[in-house]
Amino acid sequence: MSVEEDATVREPLDLIRLSIEERIYVKLRSDRELRGKLHAFDQHLNMILGDVEEVITTVEIDDETYEEIVRTSKRKVPFLFVRGDGVILVSPPLRTT
Amino acid sequence: QLFFSYFKDLVGQEVTVELKNDLAIRGTLHSVDQYLNIKLENTRVVDQDKFPHMLSVRNCFIRGSVVRYVQLPPDGVDVDLLHDAARREARGA
Repeated sequence: MSVEEDATVREPLDLIRLSIEERIYVKLRSDRELRGKLHAFDQHLNMILGDVEEVITTVEIDDETYEEIVRTSKRKVPFLFVRGDGVILVSPPLRTT
Repeated sequence: QLFFSYFKDLVGQEVTVELKNDLAIRGTLHSVDQYLNIKLENTRVVDQDKFPHMLSVRNCFIRGSVVRYVQLPPDGVDVDLLHDAARREARGA
């Protein structure tokens, strides 16, 4: 009665499947990044993430010095649905933060 | 189909929909369709001073393609069911 799940990795989405219930890093459009626990996803890369932190990066340019000032704003959301058309890449978390 | 079913199970709960134009709308999930278009009831805009457009709007239809995020209740649905469903999905569909 039990259905055996195919454990072979055949296509890119299978690689994401390996990360279910794990923490992942997601790069989105509009200079946004998410880190959270992957609960579900589909072929459009719609996803549900838990305990997620969003980081939005902005660059301001000083009118006189033309110096670039990079700012980030962060916020935490306990449970979030992300629409797939905004997703650029998905990866295990990069341990720089 | 996975998320269509998930949202159907969530009807009646309070969610916050954040759109791609940065507008955030809080309301009760009334209905959803296969395109993940959303109908919300009893809506209020999250940052009312910044977005006064919809002060008098109480119910709205949101096209699925303009949604960036939906903030969900953490206890909305069984997480293990989600994990199992996701493991079955996304296979050359």
